[in-house]
Amino acid sequence: MTTRPRFLPHPILSPLLTGLWLLLTNSVSPGQILLGLLLGWVIPLLTLRFWPEAITIRRPFTLIRYIGLLLYDIIIANFTVARLILGNPDRLKPVFIELPLDLTSSLAIGLLTNSITLTPGTVSARLSEDGRYLLVHALNENDPDNLIATIKDRYERPLREIFEQC
Amino acid sequence: MLEYLLSFLILTGAAFTFIGSLGLLRLKDFYMRLHGPTKATTLGVGSLLIASAIFFSSRDTGISLHEVLITLFLFITAPVSAHLLAKAALHLDLHSRAKTPVKSTQQEKGNRL
Repeated sequence: MTTRPRFLPHPILSPLLTGLWLLLTNSVSPGQILLGLLLGWVIPLLTLRFWPEAITIRRPFTLIRYIGLLLYDIIIANFTVARLILGNPDRLKPVFIELPLDLTSSLAIGLLTNSITLTPGTVSARLSEDGRYLLVHALNENDPDNLIATIKDRYERPLREIFEQC
Repeated sequence: MLEYLLSFLILTGAAFTFIGSLGLLRLKDFYMRLHGPTKATTLGVGSLLIASAIFFSSRDTGISLHEVLITLFLFITAPVSAHLLAKAALHLDLHSRAKTPVKSTQQEKGNRL
């Protein structure tokens, strides 16, 4: 792991927070920029305990593609779930599946969990104690194995490429 | 022209939000009901917020980007609360149409599929 400067523990989080502050205040006046920079510097320092691991983005382009894919899937998910709700609810076949995880970084697991809930017909329900299995509830799925393969290929693999060495 | 676009966005948003809420009524058990509010509403709220951003950007001076933040926060928080609700439901062993997984993941560590 690369060593991080003590005064700036999260070089990625800081500019994000600054950007967030500017969006919140809806202005780009010099005063707000200064305040945003200050907040971006102080907040990571104060919340260091919540972010023990350094965040490294290995492939920024994969990340951008992943976000695009996720947005597309969210829109599809909305139509899928809307159709399922309007159809006959008695014909739905809900299942629980256990998804074995290859991810180890907690941020990547968090993002995967989040993505699963936002995308078609699945809600993540529980992460096993050892962090190696994720329990997922699917609203209507006839082929659980296929679903596992899809999730692993579509979401887990890019996240691994972005956040972890492989 | 702008009005048509805005009306379209607002109507779409309202329709999806409504369907999401309807899911609470129509779906059969707790876990299934979780799907409605976490998904069908994201697009609903999303298009309402886009409509709001466009409207205020065209009305006031300067563009309005607060809405992007609301969307972002929604995407971050909705799955987290759904996850916790599902976890609590599993803990309480609520009635479920899907076969609930073996009572607990801790007990079954050795011989899981």
